[in-house]
Amino acid sequence: MSLNVGVREVDGVTIVDLAGRITLGDASSGKLRETVREILGKGAKKVILNLGDVSYIDSSGLGELVSTYTTASNQGAKVKLLNVQKKVQDLLQITKLYTVFDTFDNEADAVLSFS
Amino acid sequence: MADPRSLELKLESKVDSVDAAELIVQGLAREAGHPEDEIDHLGMAVRESMVNAVTHGNGYSAEKWVYFSARVEKDGGLRVGIRDEGEGFEPRGVPDPTAPENLLKTSGRGLLLMRALVDEFSVERAEPRGMQVTMFKKGPGAKRG
Repeated sequence: MSLNVGVREVDGVTIVDLAGRITLGDASSGKLRETVREILGKGAKKVILNLGDVSYIDSSGLGELVSTYTTASNQGAKVKLLNVQKKVQDLLQITKLYTVFDTFDNEADAVLSFS
Repeated sequence: MADPRSLELKLESKVDSVDAAELIVQGLAREAGHPEDEIDHLGMAVRESMVNAVTHGNGYSAEKWVYFSARVEKDGGLRVGIRDEGEGFEPRGVPDPTAPENLLKTSGRGLLLMRALVDEFSVERAEPRGMQVTMFKKGPGAKRG
Protein backbone atom coordinates (compact mmCIF):
# COMPACT_ATOMS: atom_id res chain seq x y z
CA MET A 1 0.00 0.00 0.00
CA SER A 2 1.44 3.35 -0.97
CA LEU A 3 0.97 6.70 0.69
CA ASN A 4 -1.89 9.02 -0.20
CA VAL A 5 -1.39 12.68 0.56
CA GLY A 6 -4.01 15.43 0.77
CA VAL A 7 -3.49 19.07 1.72
CA ARG A 8 -6.06 21.46 3.18
CA GLU A 9 -6.04 24.64 5.19
CA VAL A 10 -7.87 25.38 8.46
CA ASP A 11 -7.61 28.84 10.05
CA GLY A 12 -4.23 29.55 8.50
CA VAL A 13 -2.82 26.14 9.41
CA THR A 14 -1.85 23.74 6.63
CA ILE A 15 -2.98 20.21 7.35
CA VAL A 16 -1.38 17.37 5.44
CA ASP A 17 -3.61 14.29 5.57
CA LEU A 18 -1.58 11.12 5.12
CA ALA A 19 -2.98 7.64 4.52
CA GLY A 20 -1.07 4.39 4.05
CA ARG A 21 2.50 3.42 4.87
CA ILE A 22 5.66 5.51 5.15
CA THR A 23 8.48 3.08 4.49
CA LEU A 24 11.68 2.65 2.52
CA GLY A 25 11.40 2.15 -1.18
CA ASP A 26 7.72 2.53 -1.99
CA ALA A 27 7.98 6.18 -2.99
CA SER A 28 5.93 7.19 0.03
CA SER A 29 8.81 9.01 1.71
CA GLY A 30 9.52 10.99 -1.44
CA LYS A 31 5.87 11.95 -1.71
CA LEU A 32 5.79 13.32 1.83
CA ARG A 33 9.04 15.25 1.35
CA GLU A 34 7.85 16.72 -1.96
CA THR A 35 4.50 17.79 -0.52
CA VAL A 36 6.09 19.47 2.47
CA ARG A 37 8.65 21.21 0.27
CA GLU A 38 5.81 22.56 -1.88
CA ILE A 39 3.75 23.93 0.97
CA LEU A 40 6.78 25.48 2.64
CA GLY A 41 7.65 27.01 -0.73
CA LYS A 42 4.23 28.64 -0.73
CA GLY A 43 5.03 30.23 2.60
CA ALA A 44 3.28 27.91 5.07
CA LYS A 45 4.59 28.38 8.60
CA LYS A 46 2.13 26.24 10.55
CA VAL A 47 1.96 22.64 9.43
CA ILE A 48 0.13 19.64 10.86
CA LEU A 49 0.82 16.13 9.64
CA ASN A 50 -2.36 14.12 10.17
CA LEU A 51 -1.22 10.51 10.67
CA GLY A 52 -4.69 9.19 11.50
CA ASP A 53 -4.71 6.83 8.53
CA VAL A 54 -1.02 5.95 8.58
CA SER A 55 -0.97 2.31 9.57
CA TYR A 56 2.75 1.72 9.43
CA ILE A 57 6.02 3.62 9.62
CA ASP A 58 9.50 2.08 9.62
CA SER A 59 12.78 3.72 10.62
CA SER A 60 13.10 5.23 7.13
CA GLY A 61 9.66 6.75 7.59
CA LEU A 62 10.63 8.09 11.01
CA GLY A 63 13.66 9.62 9.31
CA GLU A 64 11.32 11.32 6.85
CA LEU A 65 9.25 12.78 9.69
CA VAL A 66 12.44 14.15 11.25
CA SER A 67 13.57 15.50 7.89
CA THR A 68 10.21 17.24 7.51
CA TYR A 69 10.59 18.75 10.97
CA THR A 70 14.11 20.07 10.39
CA THR A 71 13.37 21.35 6.87
CA ALA A 72 10.41 23.28 8.24
CA SER A 73 12.38 24.60 11.23
CA ASN A 74 15.12 25.84 8.92
CA GLN A 75 12.49 27.87 7.10
CA GLY A 76 10.95 29.27 10.24
CA ALA A 77 7.99 26.89 10.14
CA LYS A 78 6.68 24.48 12.75
CA VAL A 79 5.45 20.91 12.20
CA LYS A 80 3.14 19.11 14.62
CA LEU A 81 1.58 15.65 14.52
CA LEU A 82 -2.10 14.76 14.72
CA ASN A 83 -3.92 11.46 15.38
CA VAL A 84 -0.83 9.33 15.83
CA GLN A 85 -1.91 5.67 15.96
CA LYS A 86 -0.74 3.49 18.82
CA LYS A 87 1.72 1.54 16.69
CA VAL A 88 3.41 4.72 15.56
CA GLN A 89 3.21 6.22 19.05
CA ASP A 90 5.13 3.20 20.35
CA LEU A 91 7.90 3.94 17.86
CA LEU A 92 8.01 7.60 18.87
CA GLN A 93 8.43 6.42 22.47
CA ILE A 94 11.18 3.91 21.70
CA THR A 95 13.12 6.44 19.65
CA LYS A 96 12.32 9.35 22.02
CA LEU A 97 11.05 11.33 19.05
CA TYR A 98 8.04 12.18 21.20
CA THR A 99 10.37 14.78 22.75
CA VAL A 100 10.76 16.41 19.33
CA PHE A 101 7.20 16.46 18.05
CA ASP A 102 4.16 18.07 19.60
CA THR A 103 1.35 15.55 19.12
CA PHE A 104 -2.42 15.99 19.34
CA ASP A 105 -5.45 13.69 19.30
CA ASN A 106 -7.84 16.43 18.29
CA GLU A 107 -7.61 18.58 15.18
CA ALA A 108 -9.16 21.67 16.75
CA ASP A 109 -6.65 21.57 19.61
CA ALA A 110 -3.79 21.09 17.17
CA VAL A 111 -4.88 24.10 15.10
CA LEU A 112 -5.42 26.23 18.21
CA SER A 113 -1.97 25.36 19.53
CA PHE A 114 -0.43 27.55 16.83
CA SER A 115 -2.22 30.68 17.97
CA MET B 1 0.59 -26.24 18.87
CA ALA B 2 2.70 -25.51 15.81
CA ASP B 3 5.09 -28.12 14.46
CA PRO B 4 8.74 -27.17 14.31
CA ARG B 5 9.44 -25.87 10.84
CA SER B 6 12.16 -23.90 9.22
CA LEU B 7 13.12 -22.31 5.95
CA GLU B 8 16.25 -20.82 4.45
CA LEU B 9 16.28 -18.38 1.55
CA LYS B 10 18.90 -16.59 -0.49
CA LEU B 11 17.43 -13.21 -1.32
CA GLU B 12 18.46 -10.52 -3.79
CA SER B 13 19.63 -7.17 -2.46
CA LYS B 14 16.39 -5.39 -3.38
CA VAL B 15 13.58 -3.65 -1.57
CA ASP B 16 11.28 -6.45 -2.78
CA SER B 17 13.28 -8.85 -0.59
CA VAL B 18 12.59 -6.65 2.43
CA ASP B 19 8.86 -6.85 1.80
CA ALA B 20 9.05 -10.61 1.15
CA ALA B 21 10.95 -11.39 4.36
CA GLU B 22 8.54 -9.29 6.41
CA LEU B 23 5.51 -11.05 4.91
CA ILE B 24 7.01 -14.52 5.40
CA VAL B 25 7.76 -13.90 9.06
CA GLN B 26 4.38 -12.35 9.70
CA GLY B 27 2.74 -15.38 8.06
CA LEU B 28 4.75 -17.82 10.20
CA ALA B 29 4.01 -15.87 13.36
CA ARG B 30 0.29 -15.74 12.56
CA GLU B 31 0.21 -19.49 11.89
CA ALA B 32 2.00 -20.07 15.19
CA GLY B 33 -0.72 -18.17 17.00
CA HIS B 34 1.09 -14.95 17.94
CA PRO B 35 -1.18 -11.98 18.73
CA GLU B 36 -1.42 -9.27 16.07
CA ASP B 37 0.62 -6.66 17.93
CA GLU B 38 3.48 -9.14 18.40
CA ILE B 39 3.26 -10.07 14.72
CA ASP B 40 3.57 -6.38 13.85
CA HIS B 41 6.60 -6.00 16.12
CA LEU B 42 8.37 -9.04 14.71
CA GLY B 43 7.56 -7.99 11.15
CA MET B 44 8.99 -4.55 11.77
CA ALA B 45 12.16 -5.92 13.41
CA VAL B 46 12.73 -8.19 10.41
CA ARG B 47 12.03 -5.31 8.05
CA GLU B 48 14.59 -3.10 9.79
CA SER B 49 17.21 -5.84 9.67
CA MET B 50 16.52 -6.56 6.00
CA VAL B 51 16.72 -2.86 5.16
CA ASN B 52 20.13 -2.71 6.84
CA ALA B 53 21.31 -5.81 5.00
CA VAL B 54 20.06 -4.70 1.58
CA THR B 55 21.04 -1.02 1.79
CA HIS B 56 23.93 -0.51 4.25
CA GLY B 57 25.36 -4.03 4.06
CA ASN B 58 25.05 -5.05 0.43
CA GLY B 59 24.50 -1.60 -1.03
CA TYR B 60 21.80 -2.98 -3.39
CA SER B 61 24.57 -4.93 -5.17
CA ALA B 62 23.34 -7.54 -7.64
CA GLU B 63 26.41 -9.58 -6.72
CA LYS B 64 25.66 -9.80 -3.02
CA TRP B 65 22.95 -11.83 -1.33
CA VAL B 66 20.99 -11.72 1.87
CA TYR B 67 20.77 -15.07 3.64
CA PHE B 68 17.48 -15.33 5.48
CA SER B 69 16.37 -18.10 7.79
CA ALA B 70 13.32 -18.60 9.97
CA ARG B 71 12.45 -21.39 12.35
CA VAL B 72 9.25 -21.92 14.27
CA GLU B 73 9.81 -23.84 17.49
CA LYS B 74 7.41 -26.32 19.08
CA ASP B 75 5.92 -23.70 21.39
CA GLY B 76 5.53 -21.21 18.54
CA GLY B 77 8.70 -19.28 19.37
CA LEU B 78 10.19 -17.80 16.21
CA ARG B 79 13.90 -17.47 15.49
CA VAL B 80 15.02 -15.42 12.50
CA GLY B 81 18.49 -15.03 11.04
CA ILE B 82 19.58 -12.43 8.49
CA ARG B 83 23.10 -12.26 7.09
CA ASP B 84 24.49 -9.86 4.51
CA GLU B 85 27.71 -9.85 2.51
CA GLY B 86 28.81 -6.29 3.17
CA GLU B 87 31.90 -4.87 4.79
CA GLY B 88 30.36 -5.18 8.24
CA PHE B 89 30.51 -2.68 11.08
CA GLU B 90 31.25 -2.51 14.77
CA PRO B 91 27.86 -2.62 16.52
CA ARG B 92 29.24 -0.92 19.63
CA GLY B 93 30.34 1.96 17.43
CA VAL B 94 26.77 2.83 16.40
CA PRO B 95 25.76 6.12 18.05
CA ASP B 96 22.78 6.11 20.40
CA PRO B 97 19.95 7.62 18.31
CA THR B 98 18.11 8.70 21.44
CA ALA B 99 20.98 10.91 22.64
CA PRO B 100 19.96 14.57 22.40
CA GLU B 101 22.66 15.34 19.82
CA ASN B 102 21.37 12.52 17.56
CA LEU B 103 17.62 12.99 17.90
CA LEU B 104 17.30 15.04 14.72
CA LYS B 105 19.32 12.68 12.55
CA THR B 106 17.33 11.16 9.74
CA SER B 107 18.78 7.66 10.10
CA GLY B 108 20.40 5.31 12.62
CA ARG B 109 17.30 4.06 14.45
CA GLY B 110 17.10 0.56 12.97
CA LEU B 111 19.14 -1.33 15.58
CA LEU B 112 17.34 0.44 18.41
CA LEU B 113 13.95 -0.60 17.02
CA MET B 114 15.04 -4.20 16.42
CA ARG B 115 16.30 -4.56 19.99
CA ALA B 116 13.09 -3.09 21.38
CA LEU B 117 10.68 -5.14 19.29
CA VAL B 118 11.88 -8.72 19.87
CA ASP B 119 12.67 -10.79 22.98
CA GLU B 120 16.25 -11.66 22.06
CA PHE B 121 18.53 -9.89 19.63
CA SER B 122 22.13 -10.18 18.57
CA VAL B 123 24.24 -8.66 15.83
CA GLU B 124 27.80 -9.73 15.11
CA ARG B 125 30.35 -9.95 12.36
CA ALA B 126 29.81 -12.97 10.12
CA GLU B 127 32.44 -15.18 8.48
CA PRO B 128 33.82 -14.64 5.90
CA ARG B 129 32.22 -11.20 5.72
CA GLY B 130 29.10 -9.21 6.48
CA MET B 131 26.90 -9.08 9.55
CA GLN B 132 24.74 -11.75 11.11
CA VAL B 133 21.58 -10.68 12.91
CA THR B 134 19.65 -13.18 15.01
CA MET B 135 16.35 -12.40 16.65
CA PHE B 136 13.90 -14.43 18.66
CA LYS B 137 10.28 -13.91 19.59
CA LYS B 138 8.94 -16.10 22.38
CA GLY B 139 6.00 -18.39 21.67
CA PRO B 140 2.52 -16.98 22.23
CA GLY B 141 2.11 -18.97 25.46
CA ALA B 142 5.51 -18.07 26.91
CA LYS B 143 5.71 -15.79 29.90
CA ARG B 144 7.22 -12.45 29.01
CA GLY B 145 9.88 -11.10 31.33
